[in-house]
Amino acid sequence: MIEIKNIEKSFDGISIIKDISTSFEKGKTNLIIGQSGSGKTVLLKCLLGLHEPDSGQIIYDGVSNQNMNESERTLLRRQMGMVFQGSALFDSMSVIENVMFPLDMLSELNEDEIREKAIKAIDRVELTKAIDKLPSEISGGMQKRVAIARAIVMNPKYLFCDEPNSGLDPKTAIVIDKLIQEITKEFNITTIINSHDMNSVIEIGEKIVFLVSGEKNWEGTNKEILKTNNQSVTDFVYSSELLKKVKKHI
Amino acid sequence: MFYLSDIGRYFIMIKMSFFKPSKWKIQRKLIFKEINDLIIESIPIVAILSFFIGGVVAIQTALNLSSPFLSKSLIGFATRQSVILEFAPTFMSIIMAGKVGSYITSSIGTMRVTEQIDALEVMGINPLNYLVFPKIIALLFYPFVITVAMFIAIFGGFVAMSFAGVPSEAFISGIQMDFDPYHVSYAYIKTVLFAFILATVPSYHGYYMKGGALEVGKASTLSFVWTSIIIIIVNFVITQLLLS
Repeated sequence: MIEIKNIEKSFDGISIIKDISTSFEKGKTNLIIGQSGSGKTVLLKCLLGLHEPDSGQIIYDGVSNQNMNESERTLLRRQMGMVFQGSALFDSMSVIENVMFPLDMLSELNEDEIREKAIKAIDRVELTKAIDKLPSEISGGMQKRVAIARAIVMNPKYLFCDEPNSGLDPKTAIVIDKLIQEITKEFNITTIINSHDMNSVIEIGEKIVFLVSGEKNWEGTNKEILKTNNQSVTDFVYSSELLKKVKKHI
Repeated sequence: MFYLSDIGRYFIMIKMSFFKPSKWKIQRKLIFKEINDLIIESIPIVAILSFFIGGVVAIQTALNLSSPFLSKSLIGFATRQSVILEFAPTFMSIIMAGKVGSYITSSIGTMRVTEQIDALEVMGINPLNYLVFPKIIALLFYPFVITVAMFIAIFGGFVAMSFAGVPSEAFISGIQMDFDPYHVSYAYIKTVLFAFILATVPSYHGYYMKGGALEVGKASTLSFVWTSIIIIIVNFVITQLLLS
């Protein structure tokens, strides 16, 4: 579980994250949603430890980020898995090498054990046939799966995904969303996903935090978001003509 | 102020690249890869350029030694001195700033743009140690490249003079004339410093670049400009200290 208390972050005097407090539960897919520029990525990077908040605290399973020294931060990071928007796979490495990479770098396992664990993670995302291919030789959806396999191979306690289905067709996007949700349940991890995709919100949003201009505007579940009277949320959720038509039938 | 903060950040980057080292097994693989990419793959271009520039240096020296009172062996002497003191270490390093420097900046810059560096950080890996340190170690072999440049440039001068009808004995005796080993030491001291500049300045421009694909190109150009300027300034300072 991750709790955040009164987090603030600004860059060059411009406030990006304004006094956000919320919590993200274990075993659930938690979504941070909002328009582009609403502060989703900055909040995610604060949670990842890539940005240091100006004030407030982040509590990872009872341990506050404020009391951590550098080595504790490094250990915490090793309990995190991240799926980047562009997958961030290493171009010069094959699929299996990408998945083996964190184990190679950080674990004390031998070559065979590392390979076995990597193959297991690749099997889990159903990419066994592409094991020796380079990232440039596989589709965007497959690259996302490799990124998920790389993120889960270290058995993380926390999984972060930055717009994991951006640039994917709707069918593949749903497959990726479902895969992340299944993995969250299977490994009982705290998953936080940045998204502005309404399909993801409705499909897997067990907890949703809605940001507007760096502030938390609303929070709830995927069932509640469709019925809320919050104007900002409804403007965001029903921004497309298709969803406006759907709303009439709800 | 802008340049001061850049200089500070550059030195912090160098310090950080020696911290939190990766496992030796991984490090060794990376160092061998960088030796191949930065040193071995540079040899062909260095050899071609050195051969022809050595030839041109010899031809131009011969052109200026038209007096019958001057010995033809001076052509070999002047070629050797030009090549060892300046052409091989300095001129080649500026060419390498274009070849190796641009490669380093664009490869690290692309990793920055595609969030691969962020991925390393999230995994708890020190990206500077992973990316910059192997390049610094690989470029310790840079004096080998400069040695190749020295030999091939002098050979280029020899071949050019053979075609021009200068007796080969005269050219060879010129190469051996008044040889001062300290000049070679001076050349290698410069080379080691240039190698460090070639590894770190382009890495800095790649690592701290911001923006997208267009900015990777701009960062490569900027990296070449700054690497060349720093090499020229360091060359001047070292020459003042060691030869004046």
